Amino acid sequence: MSKKIKSILATDCGSTTTKAVLIEWKEDRYRLTFRGEAPTTVEAPFEDVTKGVLNAVMEVEELSGRTILDGDKIITPDDGSKGVDIYVSTSSAGGGLQMMVAGVVKSMSGESAERAALGAGSIVMDVLASNDGRLPHEKITRIRQLRPDMILLSGGTDGGTTTHVMELAEILAAANPRPRLGQNYKLPVIYAGNNKAQDSIRETLGEISDLDIVDNIRPVLEQENLEPSRDKIHDLFMEHVMAQAPGYKKLMSWTDAPIMPTPGAVGSLIEMIAKKENISVVGVDIGGATTDIFSVFEGKFNRTVSANLGMSYSICNVLAESGLDNVLRWVPFDIDRSELTNRIGNKMIRPTTVPQSLEELVIEQAIAREALRLSFIQHKEFATSLKGVQSERTISDAFEQSSSGQSLVNMMDLDLLVGSGGVLSHAPRRQQSARMLIDAFMPEGITQLAVDSIFMMPQLGVLANIDKDELKEDASQAALEVFDNDCLIRLGTCLTPVGNAKPNSRMADVTLTFGDGSVKEIEINEGSLKMMEHPYEEVKVHIKPVRGIDVGAGKGEELESVIYGGVVGLIFDGRNRPITLSKESDQRIDSLLKWSKAVDEYPKGEMF
Amino acid sequence: MAHSYTPGLKVLKKTIFKKERILPLKGDVLVKSGDQLTPDTIVASTNLPGNVQMLKVSNILNIDPKDVVDALQVKEAQEVKKGDIIAETSGIFGMFKSSVESPVDGTIESISQSTGRVVVREAPIPVEVDAYVSGVVDEVVENEGIVLKSNAAFIQGIFGIAGEKRGDLLLVSSGPGEELTADQITADMKGKILIGGSFLSLDAYKKALSIQVAGIVVGGFNYYDLKAILGYNLGVAITGTEKLNTALIVTEGYGSIPMSEATFSLLKENDGKAASINGATQIRAGVIRPEIVIPIDAGNTDDDSNSKIPEGIQEGSTVRVIRSPNFGKIGKVISLPSELNKMESETMVRVAEINIDGKNILIPRANLEMVETE
Repeated sequence: MSKKIKSILATDCGSTTTKAVLIEWKEDRYRLTFRGEAPTTVEAPFEDVTKGVLNAVMEVEELSGRTILDGDKIITPDDGSKGVDIYVSTSSAGGGLQMMVAGVVKSMSGESAERAALGAGSIVMDVLASNDGRLPHEKITRIRQLRPDMILLSGGTDGGTTTHVMELAEILAAANPRPRLGQNYKLPVIYAGNNKAQDSIRETLGEISDLDIVDNIRPVLEQENLEPSRDKIHDLFMEHVMAQAPGYKKLMSWTDAPIMPTPGAVGSLIEMIAKKENISVVGVDIGGATTDIFSVFEGKFNRTVSANLGMSYSICNVLAESGLDNVLRWVPFDIDRSELTNRIGNKMIRPTTVPQSLEELVIEQAIAREALRLSFIQHKEFATSLKGVQSERTISDAFEQSSSGQSLVNMMDLDLLVGSGGVLSHAPRRQQSARMLIDAFMPEGITQLAVDSIFMMPQLGVLANIDKDELKEDASQAALEVFDNDCLIRLGTCLTPVGNAKPNSRMADVTLTFGDGSVKEIEINEGSLKMMEHPYEEVKVHIKPVRGIDVGAGKGEELESVIYGGVVGLIFDGRNRPITLSKESDQRIDSLLKWSKAVDEYPKGEMF
Repeated sequence: MAHSYTPGLKVLKKTIFKKERILPLKGDVLVKSGDQLTPDTIVASTNLPGNVQMLKVSNILNIDPKDVVDALQVKEAQEVKKGDIIAETSGIFGMFKSSVESPVDGTIESISQSTGRVVVREAPIPVEVDAYVSGVVDEVVENEGIVLKSNAAFIQGIFGIAGEKRGDLLLVSSGPGEELTADQITADMKGKILIGGSFLSLDAYKKALSIQVAGIVVGGFNYYDLKAILGYNLGVAITGTEKLNTALIVTEGYGSIPMSEATFSLLKENDGKAASINGATQIRAGVIRPEIVIPIDAGNTDDDSNSKIPEGIQEGSTVRVIRSPNFGKIGKVISLPSELNKMESETMVRVAEINIDGKNILIPRANLEMVETE
């Protein structure tokens, strides 16, 4: 098979590190072949992002022995011995894309605007709404303080009343906000509200801002139309924000596709995978300052950023929000509380240190569980069906108490859970990553677990987004194949029956049939955790839950499926949902030690 | 010889200290290049746009937004005083009039026919920037402010609260390992910057606050005590805007940790001298650490330690451990093995072999901090 694209160079310019990967066509598929990294060079003394890019690419050159650069230029196309066919990049350097959004009703157009901005990969600094309880002058002060990169203004259904959205526009005009970067250009404002107000909006905001008008984000209450706003955000990110950052004009001239904000690229990759495989996916990236969560349920994509839940800069905020007791419940030994808070405080003020002792590692992973759990709660609250939509209710609906705005996140439907970020990707044992993911996200039924060990999803995301006709097909094939073969480290599959069960009672019987025809029976009991080592190979599974227990087919219903092992294997989690730990210290520690031992989570010794 | 780079806080006996003093918005610079400055000299000033009052005229008068224009008694850009009539209905035969008065002194900024609102902007808010440290104007940034230059001793802390303060340094603890206690703080210390040793309790800080001590520099403080001072749990280390009379600068970290010998002796050397301090901390990209600036005689300026190239950790360097176990201990680097080593946590890291209290131990390089000795 001849391929139009034989080699791809992709970079991700992060706030501290620029990472480059080389993807090549090898016999019958695309593979990641080499990667390199170098410090990002956006800030003084370099102030040119391309320097870091060139350094990272040079490392790829050294490792691969392939010439990619000709001085300060990337050689294209690939002539078989040197150069690459295409080059793409993402960026989150300089704090990424920071936006403020506004909508008339906070839970309706405000939320849709927030969804569009988050989906495009931005950080949402604030959501202004007519009904957010703040007085006009308070809103104005807030807008002035924040200095966003751009503002998305929405509100009203098409043809409806214009008063409220105009009031918001007038508040923006009175604030006369300045952009964060660059003194000499007007702040980009996107209007995506009631089409009847477009002329008045032009009159009010046309002079003081760089105004763009796109289709309404909520043309009618029952419909959300995020694409036009998301696309416009991406265009403006390139034209305004990126163009202000040092060296980006040069970088933009090198790439074969527009530079995307890093989280935007990750989101679009996850969206694409969910669509192609027809599965529900949750992806998480836990960093030092923030935690990003992406999900696709019922074909709907959502992203949230928990701005102050992270493992170093904002580690104390995890402690503040979850409470010390919630962190300590995951720690299988007694520790002086004031000493522990001082230790966590010291990690915040010296964020680059690493856990040397086992005790420090266990504490760090306990905090990670809480950071992930809290971020996921925020995500579930945000990833909902549209609010404010009236639906016809029957008698049975009335009994169910269902309403609009319910969370789309259904853990029983979740097929794949992917983790990334230092604490998950670089845990000394993969079992630890699996345990953190399970304890924090609490998957139900059958769920495959994976980690993105080198965080390649941004580069693959931008690759998947190439829309030049002649390259599109190969590029998206490359993105998917590398994602499958090189990006993900498959941890294994977690099987979790849920429902009312007495302590230690049987919840389900599992029959596993392996590729060589051998069969194994496993009993899942309430409160237990078991692990079976098995590589990333197909296993036929038959699960027979007891009455009242659900494994995915309904209460008491048997289920047949095909599952896969991984570097950890198959995990049978009988701890029911939510996972509850005893209030009695001795019992709690006993359970924690038992579970850790079951999955070989920590090295054996005094502590375990 | 192998060496590695670790972040270290600056402890400089003599340096050329430069600081930008810039307005939040463009304005007037009041000094010129070469001018001598005291900490209180105002170097630049400007006016921030005043607050905005939005009057829902159509709602108050119960008329249609497009009819607001007819009821108006003012024009855009017109100055108004508090109580002036902004708009008034004609009533019935001149009676039963209703009106809207300006709630503040200000200027009519805009009148909207689509929403029926009138925007009144209050008088501009004056903002001034002072010099903060005594020195000279090194450079004028047109319409924005200046760069100040001063010969000074300069010390960075690891974490602080409250913004810029000034006062005379006063040594209270007799050694770096000694706690600064509440009973050592007396009424005559008002306006001073106290130098402590290893630890400051919440009670001692509260006492200092009550007698309006300008600032305290100390080795350690308890993280959970911050809540009692700030009123909230400090989630991220971004501080400096707290309205507290007493700035706190912690030089080593949370807990009871002896102040580094170099920091303590430099502060001791300058006991009694005037200093400017700032507790503002920001631990994110573009890190800001709290600082102590002690202007010194301008005579001998050739020892510019600030421009020295920072040396990394080398064999023989003195380092401090900045994470448990051994947190706060000081040792000497014996060797810097190049291969990765497995720690007790099974984390694979690059390490340094350190001699602490006569014993050689391996510690991740990321958990070490250079102790700069002069």
